[in-house]
Order: sequence, then C-alpha cells, then structure tokens
Amino acid sequence: MSARNRELLALIPVALLITAGFTAVFIVESNQIGDLSLIYGGYFLAVCVGVHVFIRVRLPYADPYLFPLCALLAAIGLVMLFRINDDLALKQASIFVAGAVLLALTILFVRNYRALQRYRYVIATAGILLLLAPRLPGIGSQVNGAYLGIDLGPLSFQPAEVAKICIVIFLASYLSEKRELLTVAARRVAGVTIPPIKHFGPLLVVWGATMVMLIYIRDLGSSLMFFGAFLALLYVATARLSYVIAGLALFFVGATLIASQIGHVQDRVDIWRHTFDKNPCHLTQHELNRGQDCGVGQIQQSLFAQADGGLFGEGLGSSLLKLPGPFAPHCEQPFPDCGSILPAPHTDEIYALIVSELGLFGGAGLIVVYALVAARGFKTAIMARDGFSKLLATGLTAVFALQAVVIIGGVVKFIPLTGVTLPFVSFGGSSVIANMILLGLLLMISNDARRPPAPAREAEREFEGLRA
Amino acid sequence: MNAPIVRLYALILVLLAALVGFTSNWAVFDSDTLKAETANRRPLILEQTVKRGFIKTADGVTIAESSPEGGGNPPIYVRHYPQGSLYGNPVGYNFVQVGRTGIEDSENAVLAGERNEFASILDEIRGVPQEGDNLTLTIDSQAQRVATSALQNAIASTPGASGSGGAAVALDPSTGAVKAMASVPGYDPNTVTNTDTFKQLNRESSGAPLVNRATQSVYPPGSTMKVVTAAAALDSGEFTPDTVLSGASPQVIGGVPLFNAGNEPFGDIDMTTALTHSVNTYFAQVGEQLGTSTMVEYMKRFGFYSDPKLDYPDGQMAPSGAYNSDRDLVTSGFDAGRVAIGQGGAEGQDLTTPLQMAEVAATVANGGKLMQPTFVQQVTDPDGRVTEKLTPHVQSTAISPETASQLTEMMTNVTQEGTAADLSLSSGVTFAGKTGTAETDIANGINQPWFIAFAPAQDPQVAVAATIERCEGCFGADVAGPVATQVMDSLLASGG
Repeated sequence: MSARNRELLALIPVALLITAGFTAVFIVESNQIGDLSLIYGGYFLAVCVGVHVFIRVRLPYADPYLFPLCALLAAIGLVMLFRINDDLALKQASIFVAGAVLLALTILFVRNYRALQRYRYVIATAGILLLLAPRLPGIGSQVNGAYLGIDLGPLSFQPAEVAKICIVIFLASYLSEKRELLTVAARRVAGVTIPPIKHFGPLLVVWGATMVMLIYIRDLGSSLMFFGAFLALLYVATARLSYVIAGLALFFVGATLIASQIGHVQDRVDIWRHTFDKNPCHLTQHELNRGQDCGVGQIQQSLFAQADGGLFGEGLGSSLLKLPGPFAPHCEQPFPDCGSILPAPHTDEIYALIVSELGLFGGAGLIVVYALVAARGFKTAIMARDGFSKLLATGLTAVFALQAVVIIGGVVKFIPLTGVTLPFVSFGGSSVIANMILLGLLLMISNDARRPPAPAREAEREFEGLRA
Repeated sequence: MNAPIVRLYALILVLLAALVGFTSNWAVFDSDTLKAETANRRPLILEQTVKRGFIKTADGVTIAESSPEGGGNPPIYVRHYPQGSLYGNPVGYNFVQVGRTGIEDSENAVLAGERNEFASILDEIRGVPQEGDNLTLTIDSQAQRVATSALQNAIASTPGASGSGGAAVALDPSTGAVKAMASVPGYDPNTVTNTDTFKQLNRESSGAPLVNRATQSVYPPGSTMKVVTAAAALDSGEFTPDTVLSGASPQVIGGVPLFNAGNEPFGDIDMTTALTHSVNTYFAQVGEQLGTSTMVEYMKRFGFYSDPKLDYPDGQMAPSGAYNSDRDLVTSGFDAGRVAIGQGGAEGQDLTTPLQMAEVAATVANGGKLMQPTFVQQVTDPDGRVTEKLTPHVQSTAISPETASQLTEMMTNVTQEGTAADLSLSSGVTFAGKTGTAETDIANGINQPWFIAFAPAQDPQVAVAATIERCEGCFGADVAGPVATQVMDSLLASGG
C-alpha cells in the first residue's frame, strides 16, 4: 500500500475514536445517545481528510504516520475538553481547523525549508524577541508568577510556543555548519575536551538566553524544554557526551543560583519537594490567612485526581471535577476557571484528568502516542540526507517530545510543575498552531528524505507508463 | 549523526517510561495513601454524593435518613434525624463538617454502600448509582422513649440529682440484642453542624451530652457488683447459697473496718440472705476468701477488662474493671474484699459501664452464657433484599447453668423480700434484680444509685441496667429501680 493510502486508512480509527469518546461523554452527562457525536466525528474526519488530500498533492512521500498520530492526540484532547465543557471543545475544534489551515500555509509558503538556513540570525532574533514579549509593558501578562503570555486585545498568545521553533531552526542551521569545527578543532586539555571558543560563542549566547528567560519570564518549564532541545542538538551534531554533561552542569548551576534569587522559581521547587508539608513555601501567617498557597494545591490536587484513577480510571465524565452543591465556591469566572477541584484541568492538568478518568492505562496509552510521534520524527531525521535536515528534524522532534515530558513530568511530580501545554491535547490556540507549524516542517523534511532518488522515479514513471 | 539520534530517542523513551512509572505510583501503588491524605477532600465529597442508607428501629421508626440538597449534579445528600435527641446516643451523627460518631461510624461501610470491587463493577455496568444499604437496629422505639424519659424524670425529681446524667441499657439476654440504650443528657444530632452548638455540646459544663454514658462512662457499681462476686463464689465451688458467714458490722476488711449500709448488723447468715439484704460484710469476706485472681477471672468471664464486644466505635467504649488512682486497669494488688462489693481504694476501685452491668444481668438470665451484644437486627440493600441478619453469638460461658439458676433464685429474693421489695412490674410478673448504691461523696451524702434486673425471672426476655450519676441520701431501688422496671414493662408489653 502506498504511504498516502496508509495515512488515509490510519485516520479512520482516529475518527472512530473521537466519535466513541464523544458518545461516551454524552451518555454519562445526559444519559442519551445523540447523532450529534456522529456529526462531530464526521466533521473531524472531514478536516483530517482535507489535510490528507493536501499532503497527498504537495508532499506525496511524507511520513504516513506523523499526521494521523498528531490527529489522534488532538482527538484525545477534544474528547477530554468536551468532557470538561462543550464550549471549550467547540473553541478547540475551530483552533484545530485554523491549525490545519496554517499547516497547509506553512507547506505552501516555505516550499523549500532549506532556504530557512539563510535567515537563521533573523529567525533567532525573532525567537528571542518573542520570548521577551510577555515582559513588555502593555501587552505582557503574568499567570501564577510566570510571564507566559501576551494580550493583544481579545487575543492572547503564548509566544514561547512559536519561539521554540525559531530557536530550533537557528540551532540546526548553525550546528550543521559548525559541527565539524566544534569537534575537529577541539583541543583536549588534561583529558577534558575544550571546544573552540570562537565557534562556541553563539551557543553560549543561546545558553545565556535561556537563563535570561528564567529571570525575565520566570518560566522554568519552557527553559527546561529549550535547553533540553539545545543539548539534544549539540549532542547529535558533535556526538560529544562531554558537551552535554558540561551543558547540564551549567544549567543546574544557573538554575540553582537563579532559583535562590527568584521567589517564584524557588516556590516551584519547594512545593515539588515538599508537596505534603503544611507550609512548603514558608508563607507568613498573614498570607496563609488570605488563602494563599503558592500553588501547592495544584500539584496536590493533580496527584489526588490520579489516585482516583487506578488502573482503568473512573470512566469518561465520571471523575469528580466540578465541585458539587455546597462545596462549590462563589464564582465570577466560568467553569473550569473556577469551581473545578482540579485546577486548570483543560491546560496544565489535562494529563491528571486523563489518568483520573481513563486510569493508568489511559495515561500510559497517551504517553505511547508521544513515543510513536518521536519515533517517526527521529526516523525522519535518520532518513534525511543532509546535516541541516537531520538536525532540524531531530530538534523539532526533541522539542516536541520534551514539551510532553516537561508538562506530564510536572503533573506526576517527576520534576517541578510548570506551565507549558501538552502538545495537541491541552486547550490553547498558540500551542496547537505552533505545533501544526512544527508538524508541517517535519512533514516537509520527511517528504524530501523519503523521496526516491531520481533514477528510481524515472523507473516509476516508466512503470506507470507501462500500466497506462 | 544517526547513532546519536538513536541514543537520543532511547533517552526520550527512558524519560517517557519514567512518566509511566510515576503515573502508576500515584494511580495504583500509592493511591490509598493519597486518598487518606488530609488535604484530599475527594473521598469526603464523593461520600456525600452517595445516598446513605436509612437507620430504623426494630419496630420501623426512622432514626436517620438522607435527602439531596442544593440541587447540584451530582446531588449532595445530607443526613436528617427525625427523632431529634432521642437517639443522639447511641446512633451518633454523620456530617461533612464534624465527621461521624456512634452507629453512623461503626456501620459506615454498610450505610455508605461500600461493596466489594466486583459488585461495584456490576452496579456500574447496570448503571445503578452507588447507594447505601439500610440498617434496622435491634432498638425498640417505645423502650428507648421510656428509658430516656424515665431517666430524665428520675434526675428531675430526685434531690441532688438535678444537672447530673444517667444511663440505661436493655438487652435481650438470649441474643445480645440491644433493645434500648439511653444516655442523659442527650443532644439533637441535627444541631451539631452549627459550630457554636458543637463547641457548647463538647463542654463539661453543659453535661457533655455527646458522651454515651452507657458505653463510655465508668462508674462505681456499688452492690450490683455482688452479683459477680456471688457468681464467682458459687461457680468456683467454694461456696453454696447456704454457706453461712457472719453479717456483723463493722468488720475489718483489708485492714480497715467495713460497715453495712446504715451500720445494720446481721447475725450469721447464708448467701441468699446476704444478697437479699445486700450485706457488705458478708460479701467482703467472700471476696477476701476468693482472692483477687479468682475475682479478676470471673470479672473477665463477664466481659470486664476489655471493651464490650459491641459493634460500636472503639473510641466510644470503655472497659470495666478495677482501676487504680491513675485510671489504669489493674488485675492484682487491690483490696479483693472491697472490690467484691463494688468499692475499692487508690490501688484498685471497681468502675463499670452501664452496658457491662446489663451484660452481667443478661448473662445470669441466659443460663450463664454471655451473648455478644449487638445493635444490628438486619441490613437490607436498596432493593429491599436482606443481606445480613442478626445471628446470636456466644461471647463466653461465664458460669454454669446451675450457678445461673441459683443466682436467679437469689436475685428473685431481692425483688420479693429484699432491698428491691418495693419495686414491681405492672404485669405482676416475677423478676430478678440487684440494687446498688455507691457512696461517691460520703461527706455530703452523695450516692450513685444502680439497679440491674431481668424479667420474667423464670423465662427471661429482657435484662436491664440503670444508673443515675448522683443523688443525695438516696438508694438504688428508689431512684434507678423505677427506671429499670419501666423499661422492662415496656419491652414485656411489646413482646420483647
């Protein structure tokens, strides 16, 4: 079967899954089976088939599983959001359509992704500016002590989502050019490999930028993800583990220093280490009386929600989420911003909700999907024929997978909880759109990588001709 | 570059596997610890979404029921107690704000419908919302009402009793079923959710009404203890009802002179006479001759020295026995002669719960076999099917049937011609009993009156213990006696 037919076929179970998921939520919530879930499933399939047709025309050799896997993640996200609040699911569905359009636009306009190498400094600057935008007066906004978003009137936007792609393009481009110099020109002093400073400088700038991010946007999660992707690329480009270890050491030294200076980061670490202590982040009595908890409630509730899940979960729509009757607080904002026992069930904590309702198996299943996306992404990198393509595919895949690791890791108390989104699953426009662009780039790289060499294509044409 | 890419992928897989590992820890392995965490309100909230089963008396009066409140989804059920203060003890309460006590606590698993995993899955498949099982108690509503009001009347009308408390327990001797359990002063469980009221109820100055005096309070039992002493004397084979000892007063017991009530002298008398007239010096000699170890052994056979084997929260029951001045139970080193008559000193003083003394009466009534006391008549599921039924269970064989019948005869004498001769049942049925008057404050003439009894004497249907915490210059037969007889009257009239 051709790659494209496999892709089309793979979309069918995804559409069935979303239909079944919606049906399940319908039954639990209103005790009825409507044809509405079938219609939703149909729409979803239609959008996916639309994207598929576009890929079939523009990128006939692209990896056949990348898009269906991402659609599967989006389907899981839509079902969970529908379970929280049908409004959220509706918004997310339109974002998904917008994202699909953007995916197509990326493929149409970038045409030859290798051209991006020429603009690498422009792209890097744009990325860093985007990162700093949330601190700009007027448009910046602060959430839970971190500066994650910018507000442009009715639109709010998390620039880190797009910035990650910019940074990866820059790193892939820079490293593909300098990798020889970084390895060959390195000297060994007392058994330690010292890379040439001249070529290493720009990389140190990137390291500095992530540290600055920690200081300015106070976003531990994003900087972890960025720095992780940076180290991954450095390692793949140079094959030197010593660089990675040195980088990690630098990161921890920097992070520890900064954490001790910036209360918000220190709090995040404290509540991670002492989740069930009475007063983990040393609030004063006055602050405690005002009901402040420096966010420890979120990680506690996250774990409590998962504890309810067990092996198979409580079932879609059946876990305790909305505080009932006398327990409901007085709310100015709509659910789930207020009145949810699990804070941010649609964004940061969506994984906790999945474990609560679908159990350990549901959570593990989701993680397997991420592992499969990563597998296809790295396969693309291996099949790619030039350094830039390899590094770009590696970087995009790594940053995607690391984002999942950072947020799920936070939710399961593997690392401190931070505010990044779960790619394609969490509610949020910038996340879906940025990841669609990322997916578009990966598809383009794989299209090039998997294209049969020219003679083979001629043979193919002859074969087609014979058949005709 | 391909090898590092593969290694990088391996690293990502390791990280993802770690996430699965952490998830399994929270969701499965450490799940119970998290559910028990105090900050975790989920179990508490979910519990309120389950319709808790109702509690009814044996004759069908509703004591507790749940109804949805607030109109939320899922609905939140709130407990109501239509009988008010009548069943505050022993039933207790169940509210989110203040937790749960009494039978609401000890039978929580039944009332909350905590079935096994398999049954829950079946219910889920059938689409049945979890619902609690219903509980029918052994308590008779009429007897409970009579016991409560008789105690209240006794306290109100007896000099020196006003403001004190009291308790009465009625058991079915052959099954151990608790037919009535009253503790005065009582409280209305509907009111405990009010923070101020709850604080007030916990204060000693308001008479500590939350304390179930029938199971939780230990009092000096006075002469009712002589039933245990007589049982030990006869059953051990060292005495017969005809054993003659001196009833002179005072006599030196444990190195200190001991007086009969009112210093009344008796000549050389047998045990039947001694019990009939509650002769202290006679039974003190019996106690000394038996010694502490035999006394303690028989006390244990009657259930002393451990919490009653009642289906009730541990924290709301106290063991009976000899307590030293540090309020620790002691099994030796005390004055056996004084403990034998329900008294004692700093090294050991009899203290018993009303429930324990009711068990003593019930054991004699049941031919020497102590039945395990219970509140649960039956459990029915929401569809009305009976899932659990009272099955009488012998807790211990305290004394032989011969000893029991000898004791019954002696205790019948008490109500015929002895200290309880003024008491009678309205049906004229012969009954057996023993009075007790513990001197709790000799200087001011303050006593604690007791009466334990069972009826009918020859075919016992009911065994009772009743006590009032204090009264001035009074006797067990006058104050506690009428409480016991009214309860027995009520239960005999309704057919036990």
